[in-house]
Amino acid sequence: MNDTRDIEALIDLMARLPGLGPRSARRAVLALLKRREALMAPLAQTMANVVLNARDCRTCGNIGTQDLCPICADPARATGEICVVETVADLWAMERSRAFKGRYHVLGGTLSALDSIGPEQLRIPALVDRIKADGITEVILALNITVEGQTTAHYIAEALEPLALRLTSLAQGVPMGGELDYLDDGTIGAALRARRGV
Amino acid sequence: MDWQDDGILLTTRPHGESSAIVEVLTASHGRHMGVVRGGASRRMAGVLIPGTQLALRWRARLEDHMGSFTVEPKRSRAVILEDRGRLAALNSAVSLLHISLPERDPHPALYALSLGLFDQLAEGEEWLTHYIHWELALLDQIGYALDLGSCAVTGSNQDLAYVSPKTGRAVSREAAGDWAPRLLPLPRMLRPGANGASDPDAALDLTGHFLARALPDAPLPDARARLQAWVTRHISVAD
Repeated sequence: MNDTRDIEALIDLMARLPGLGPRSARRAVLALLKRREALMAPLAQTMANVVLNARDCRTCGNIGTQDLCPICADPARATGEICVVETVADLWAMERSRAFKGRYHVLGGTLSALDSIGPEQLRIPALVDRIKADGITEVILALNITVEGQTTAHYIAEALEPLALRLTSLAQGVPMGGELDYLDDGTIGAALRARRGV
Repeated sequence: MDWQDDGILLTTRPHGESSAIVEVLTASHGRHMGVVRGGASRRMAGVLIPGTQLALRWRARLEDHMGSFTVEPKRSRAVILEDRGRLAALNSAVSLLHISLPERDPHPALYALSLGLFDQLAEGEEWLTHYIHWELALLDQIGYALDLGSCAVTGSNQDLAYVSPKTGRAVSREAAGDWAPRLLPLPRMLRPGANGASDPDAALDLTGHFLARALPDAPLPDARARLQAWVTRHISVAD
């Protein structure tokens, strides 16, 4: 009898990943099975290594394989600037842009009244300690422009006010390649309020 | 089942990878939930912001199903996100509506007042006064109306200085007598004929006391405590 329980279990696990449903998980597993030596074996080995070695950076909350992530370990990134982001995914998005040369602080979420997430559930006290200890001169609040994101940004701004440093947030407005006709009223309003000379 | 109505977006949560479950306060159908297909998309991100006024169409196979909404933005109030105090008031109002109103129970008067409140939060100067009066209206709608217009003992509207913590009725200084220490102070801004927000922190203390009594099953939301903390820190109290 053909026993496919392991393969079915793999499909079930893959189907739990974001972006995959049962059908797409089945296709992914089939693709892996077709390239067992070239793709599946190294993937399994790499995943096993990551499971063993992945850990949160003890300074910023980024994910790496050492106690300090490469960004926190790089002395060239000690610019006195910290960019505060909500999740590791946001940190990676900022890094993709290559526009920021300082260090990061991952909060691990945002304040949420309905989900009962308060400041103590986030890494806000660690941020304050870090700013005091590391001689930080500017904090950039790169939080999502949502009610939760901006509530968190305002809360952090209040908490950092006594520290006499430069507090900034990302600009809001028309995205690259954006067409005004397709933008929502709030974005157009924010863009107009943040207009600049040309 | 199918209806169309106007509503104010209260909350939104991701549902699966591309949809969102939203909660709206509608004019004729009360606090109502439903799925918005594609609600997690980038296109909808600027629309599904709490406080936004929406034109809604709700559909479900049966009345008691959650159903799905199609939404069209009518008025964005995203500007509220830029101001700490106004955003704190928005969070507080949304949280209070969430815990105090039963689902699908129409409150057209409260809906109209909430529209006025959110408009004030977006661009009004008297938003804090509006917020406090909105909390009084909310208490009224959930059966805990305060009577601050005349003294519960004498019927006079002169020199009102206290509120009974049990009945929510005003008491004049003279009628309070030796009972004064057991009564709550009546904030100046809530006395008959008062204008503006002279002592908003005291007013929030008063409404907070009665909201806690009216909603015994859940503690008052953290968002309301954050608003009160903001008011205490930032609004100077006129003597």
